[in-house]
Amino acid sequence: MVERVNTTAAPPLLRLDSITKSFGPVRALRGVSLDIRAGQVLALIGENGAGKSTLMKVLSGAHRPDSGSVEMGGQPLTLANPLAARRAGIAMIYQELTLAPDLTVEENMTLGLEQARFGFLRSQSEKIAAALKLLGAEDISPDQKVQTLTIARQQVVEIARAIVSDARVVIMDEPTSSLSGEDKRALFRVINKLREEGLAIVYISHFLDEIDEIADRYAVLRDGESVGAGLVSESTTESLVELMIGRAIDDMYPRPDHDLGEVVLSVNEVHGSPLPRGVSFDLQRGEILGIFGLVGAGRTELARCLFGLDPVSRGRIELHGNTRMKLAGFRPINALRGGLDYLSEDRKEEGLAQNLSITENTTLSAIRKTSRYGFLQLRKEQATAEELSRKLDVRCSSTSQPVSSLSGGNQQKVALARMIHHDSDIFFMDEPTRGIDVGSKHEIYELIHSLAAAGKSIIVVSSYLPELLGTCHSIAVMHRGALSEKRDVAGLTEHDIMVFATTGKTMPLERESDLV
Amino acid sequence: MPKLPTAHSNWKSLLLPFIGLLFVFILFTVLIAIFEPDNLEAFLSSRNAKTVITQTVIVGIGALGMTMVITSGGIDLSAGSQIALASVACALTLNAFSGGDPATISVLGMLVATLAAMTAGAATGAFNGTVSCALKIPPFIVTLGTMMIARGAAEGIAKQSQVRTPDNTLQNFMQRNPDPEWLIFAPGVWIMILLLVVVAVTMRYTVFGRYIYALGSNESTARLCGVPVTRTRIIIYTLCGLLMGISGAMSYAFLGSGDPTTAVAKELDIIAAVVIGGGSLSGGKGSPIGSIAGALIMTLLVSGCGMLNVPDWSQKIIIGFIIIGAVAVDTLKNRRQIAS
Repeated sequence: MVERVNTTAAPPLLRLDSITKSFGPVRALRGVSLDIRAGQVLALIGENGAGKSTLMKVLSGAHRPDSGSVEMGGQPLTLANPLAARRAGIAMIYQELTLAPDLTVEENMTLGLEQARFGFLRSQSEKIAAALKLLGAEDISPDQKVQTLTIARQQVVEIARAIVSDARVVIMDEPTSSLSGEDKRALFRVINKLREEGLAIVYISHFLDEIDEIADRYAVLRDGESVGAGLVSESTTESLVELMIGRAIDDMYPRPDHDLGEVVLSVNEVHGSPLPRGVSFDLQRGEILGIFGLVGAGRTELARCLFGLDPVSRGRIELHGNTRMKLAGFRPINALRGGLDYLSEDRKEEGLAQNLSITENTTLSAIRKTSRYGFLQLRKEQATAEELSRKLDVRCSSTSQPVSSLSGGNQQKVALARMIHHDSDIFFMDEPTRGIDVGSKHEIYELIHSLAAAGKSIIVVSSYLPELLGTCHSIAVMHRGALSEKRDVAGLTEHDIMVFATTGKTMPLERESDLV
Repeated sequence: MPKLPTAHSNWKSLLLPFIGLLFVFILFTVLIAIFEPDNLEAFLSSRNAKTVITQTVIVGIGALGMTMVITSGGIDLSAGSQIALASVACALTLNAFSGGDPATISVLGMLVATLAAMTAGAATGAFNGTVSCALKIPPFIVTLGTMMIARGAAEGIAKQSQVRTPDNTLQNFMQRNPDPEWLIFAPGVWIMILLLVVVAVTMRYTVFGRYIYALGSNESTARLCGVPVTRTRIIIYTLCGLLMGISGAMSYAFLGSGDPTTAVAKELDIIAAVVIGGGSLSGGKGSPIGSIAGALIMTLLVSGCGMLNVPDWSQKIIIGFIIIGAVAVDTLKNRRQIAS
């Protein structure tokens, strides 16, 4: 497909050596070393939370490393701030595009670059046109407003901006996550052009099939450390996945050992806009179903669609055999009445009303239980909140404390207390243990189990695979908006799931079962 | 575990606005004693106390409605225009009920006139809430538009002049010395106190009140918890309008006529009262009793400055600094709470 340059002998353009970075007690980078070479594409891979984003922030000057060194062309380089990184010729193409939609292509490209150099705005259209031509995008006019371009074309503008600013290293963070197949091809052609021009490209992606296609070399991060690097041509999907995972599940996960009941929720071909794409599954009473997927695969969107927070474009759900559930105009209030409840992945912005008290947050979704004729029964309300806080071990001095004064783990327990108080039958838990300490994590796993044992059905959405393998009965994987068939966790390995999540290729077990 | 009521309404925070009121009162007593000792007696007289309290009624009742709106994370800039519209509606209805010669107005007429004022306010408020929710336009913009619309409507139905009415009992509602005398304060003051109790109980002890705080604290959370967001917001703006309507009827009583040009920029005094009383423009915080204290502080400032013979322009500067100062104290207090 692509002719691969094999000049490992040439010295690297940009060299990172033993970079470390901590945020408080969290060691995000524990010693990362990378060689980035001119005229090559380096794929940087790793699970969510492996340290890729932190590393890129170090390279773009947004974070200063605690220790370690950076060399550009053999000279030491200090990346004190984003401007220093840009001056050194390092350009970032973020996952979320950073163009100003109301400005023209030219204005966007020269933003913050040229004004300083001339004092007056001078047209750079020739240079810009040349850059766009180089990328095979002559059809984009420098005078066009950016908002008239598709996402894919906007991305090309971002890359052209890197060329105009004389970048030598271009870092792309998950560039294909919002692109269709055809746009992806076009992006790869652009990347090949950059490679021919002798630029060094760092390509961050979860998708191993893409890496096979576009990258020359790879580097794998795991838990903030470099754990492997080499030529893509000498690697296999299997060997890369092994490098990415490389750890064993410990004993922190209680195993579920109760029997499952009848089907309580049946989801048929549910489509969102644009994600998810045609998702179907059944959920049994007492079941803990894990939904795994990488960032952008559509797992959160699926849960939000089913809870009425995101619009559903088509599809059907059956709740307790009720076939006449309408998803059009479905709102959280309907979902709650139907016995569904949702734990938001974003405690701060959505999950909890931060400046209201523990009590007020706990009772909000089932306020009828502590009120009569529209009047609150404050004593009963407080007693309820105190009892639940004790049960879930929420560490607080009083339940009238605002939620914002609690730690992440305790806040999550308040959100869980609210679900328990509302007492739905089916819980969607989106990243229930994100950003909380190990001790609270364990408590939350135990809680999930006791709920399931009491006959609740729970869908755990997570991007942390060991947690799902440890706590769930069954797992289904999302890949680009589609959900795989759910499989019993007993027959699964991290490896199988990761292969599916990164490539969309069927899990091996599924193939066997198809034959049966 | 100490048994405290919920965070936004414990005793200390209830009394705090009155500590501010007391502070302003003592400050002016001292200043007047030093600089204008001749006026001290007048400032401390019961007559002056009655004047200050009576003059607080229009802003005070408006502030009760605004407290609900601001606590829910909204704003209502049309308050002043709603008061004017309601005062005109009140006067016109009274005229419609006047009969005989000399013209007299029955109790029924006065009741219907007050209801007309409330309806005018509530309708405007319902419009604010519905348009803002249905078209997803920020309330700042919608109520800015309504500020013009309601003012224009008031001037239109009043034919661009004051609406005079035959003498009637309603006009006595804002008299400093009420008749009968045992009332001590004007009936308007008692109406304000009654409304304060109703709004305070609603916000503190009802599900609807809890929804107001939840919406203002985090609308996403409220939606997630099944709070009927749109319906609650429309009701909040309608109730706010209703209270502006009552305030408009009091404005009629105060002036003795319906005036389409009254209460211009009154919404700013009302918002200031709510903010001085501990309300937060970012929502989730607000106290009806605090807002009334805030309104009293504003009137007391005007009265005190008058006694000090401070010219009008410097009164404005002082009031401006007080507003900023009150919020600064509140912010600092919160920061210290978070730190501890």
